[in-house]
Amino acid sequence: MTVQERMREYILESFYVSDPSELSDDLSLIDSGLVDSTGMLDIILFIEGEYGLRVEDWETTPDNLETIGRIAAFVARKTSSPA
Amino acid sequence: MFSREVLQIDPLREAERIEGEIRAGVLGDLRRRGVVVAISGGVDSSLVATLAVRALGPERVFGLLLPERDSSPDSLRLGQLLADGLGIRYAVEDISPTLAAARCYQRQDEAARAVVPEFGPGWRCKIVLPPLLEGDRLNIAQLVVADPEGNQRRVRMPSAAYLQMVAATNFKQRTRMMVAYYHADRLAYAVAGTPNLLEYDQGFFVKHGDGAADIKPIAHLYKTQVFALAEALEVPADIRRRQPTTDTYSLSQTQEEFYFALPYPEMDLCLWAVDHGTPATEVAEAIGLTAEQVRRVFRDIEAKRRASRYLHAVPRPVRSS
Repeated sequence: MTVQERMREYILESFYVSDPSELSDDLSLIDSGLVDSTGMLDIILFIEGEYGLRVEDWETTPDNLETIGRIAAFVARKTSSPA
Repeated sequence: MFSREVLQIDPLREAERIEGEIRAGVLGDLRRRGVVVAISGGVDSSLVATLAVRALGPERVFGLLLPERDSSPDSLRLGQLLADGLGIRYAVEDISPTLAAARCYQRQDEAARAVVPEFGPGWRCKIVLPPLLEGDRLNIAQLVVADPEGNQRRVRMPSAAYLQMVAATNFKQRTRMMVAYYHADRLAYAVAGTPNLLEYDQGFFVKHGDGAADIKPIAHLYKTQVFALAEALEVPADIRRRQPTTDTYSLSQTQEEFYFALPYPEMDLCLWAVDHGTPATEVAEAIGLTAEQVRRVFRDIEAKRRASRYLHAVPRPVRSS
């Protein structure tokens, strides 16, 4: 399963999404109202547990976490670079 | 052209208009004999109490000073200064025993210990948000703890610990409102709420806590305008000069650390700009920020509006078929 697929699955399980077909890779999870700041805490915790990485405070940016596509790119960068 | 002057009002004329609304609302619509105002020693509640006295007379206003273990001593001192100056009856009720019985402090400590296991007697804490102007960070809350020697540390909280910390802390606002309604029922008074527009719009209140009230006389005023009215109505200068604080956590916490992205004069202007469709570039020039910073603030305003819909929502009965 790709990171995109796993994140989509997690978000559909954890948050209310009225129309799953709208949950595209580039949908803003925040601006769409799907996830609030508390939900972002859950997403960060999920990423850390699922992919065995640590999200540093300075990395909690929209560039890294705003969409499924950006999360996947962030996870790929973190897991391919030396710790 | 956008400028700081967009928030200018005629304070005395606005005060008279509000006073008319208080009279008509409390005595006419609500059929209450007066109002109860919980006075925190800050400018908002001090202005509401002052407007209520001007509208109804001091004999129809009952003040409440409701300190608890984590309150600043200034809150009580300034609250008494105001109440004495207005010549109203008031009661001082320490709500700490009620909060302790509800396990407010214990539940707060449990939430802190979930992320800082050594958190215990003598430790203090507060919740802060990352500074919005310094970078494009998500609004992820962090816990700041101080050990008994005063050494501080900042940690990210899992959502369960964060939500428990906030939920436990909300006992404070809800207990205050419970006491306010006790006195309101006893006197056949209404309860006056004290949020300003910034707080009301952005959801900086506790549902069924300080968000509950029968009238909200300044919920349409930007904080800048609150200060203008407070000065015109001669609210004591010590109260007007006090830095806005949440007065809620054991570590001293400003409203900017906890909720608002900017100091209130700039926050007011950004909120006005969002509601009037003013471009970020124009606002940036007027308040001395970059357009990118202003866009971040605009986005934060919209996010808080979305989050506060639940706070504003009234109970929803299911319609009969």
